[in-house]
Amino acid sequence: MTTIAELPPGFADKVLSAQSTFRSVMDAMARPGSVQRIVPMAGAPGVMMRGTAAIALTLFDHDTPLWLDARMAESSDVTKWLKFHTGAPVVQDSSVASFALISDGGALPALERFALGTSEYPDRSTTVIIQVDSLSSGRSFELRGPGIDGVAALHASIKPFDLFERLRMNEALFPRGIDVVLVADDAVVAIPRTTRVVSKGS
Amino acid sequence: MALPYEVVYYHRQLQFGKFCQSSVDPVTQHNTQQAQRKAAMAVLAHAEAGEIAARLRDLALPAHQDLRAPENGLVMLRGRVGGDGAPFNLGEATVSRAAVRLASGEVGFGYSLGRDGEKARLIALCDALVQSRDFGGLVERSVIAPLREQLMVRRTRVAEETAATKVDFYTMVRGEG
Repeated sequence: MTTIAELPPGFADKVLSAQSTFRSVMDAMARPGSVQRIVPMAGAPGVMMRGTAAIALTLFDHDTPLWLDARMAESSDVTKWLKFHTGAPVVQDSSVASFALISDGGALPALERFALGTSEYPDRSTTVIIQVDSLSSGRSFELRGPGIDGVAALHASIKPFDLFERLRMNEALFPRGIDVVLVADDAVVAIPRTTRVVSKGS
Repeated sequence: MALPYEVVYYHRQLQFGKFCQSSVDPVTQHNTQQAQRKAAMAVLAHAEAGEIAARLRDLALPAHQDLRAPENGLVMLRGRVGGDGAPFNLGEATVSRAAVRLASGEVGFGYSLGRDGEKARLIALCDALVQSRDFGGLVERSVIAPLREQLMVRRTRVAEETAATKVDFYTMVRGEG
């Protein structure tokens, strides 16, 4: 018997599903703080959420080194699924990764350990994809920056609690920096490096 | 002095590779699953999508889903100088691939030269069925075997046609010798 019998399937319709997911992520990046839905669904392995799985199928390929947090990396379902469907190489050194998948936000390593890009190529930074509990309820945050008309409000329960304080390093690093994508089931919110977040408490 | 030489020229010799001729019959005797799958692939790869579909249509197939929907891509073909020398890239070939999983858990893979995604999917389905305990025998009997028969007939015919065009060239020894 083959060993990968438990693998969940990929997109049913590869092209349209990937296009639609790409659109959702692009809209999320263009309008930081807005909650976008990912419609096309693929099977999600282990600790991976549906939205994360769809993003993985859309954005990852053999040219995008991938860093997984401990909980993802120790799940053989996740690593096998990623290898089979995306072919993306999983790296141990987070500073060369194009994407980082975080399922346990509490154990997020220091953001300086990811690739920050260079002044010549600021795009060569790690996009950190963090799975969170909720993007519709929880603490409220105030977001400002390009793509936001005035102020955007975000309600989310996020781990680590000090994520946005940590992201303040983007202010000094610009144009280098870390882009963050938050995923809760099928909801996606992007916090690009230009967005400034103020916590409004609970 | 010119040397006498002989050229035996087979017309259409390039139409089928050498390995195709011998790969079908001997492996069926091995009873391991790997060999069975290999033998099934050797037949299915040379069959048309329509032929496979027509034979599968008559079977009561188990539930299955596409693990990987058919997709097209390129593979680099590598050759070796003189057959065993330094490797070099010969060129790229278009390949379709698919993966199918049966409800019972068997996963089949299909790769096929060209852009016929449906054929790759059917091959993957057959590969999964061959591994299945319940359907392995049935598929072997009603899909693979008839297709193999057909393939052998086709090959024999081509071989006969080829043999009929065999020409022997001789060069006479010229001059005083």
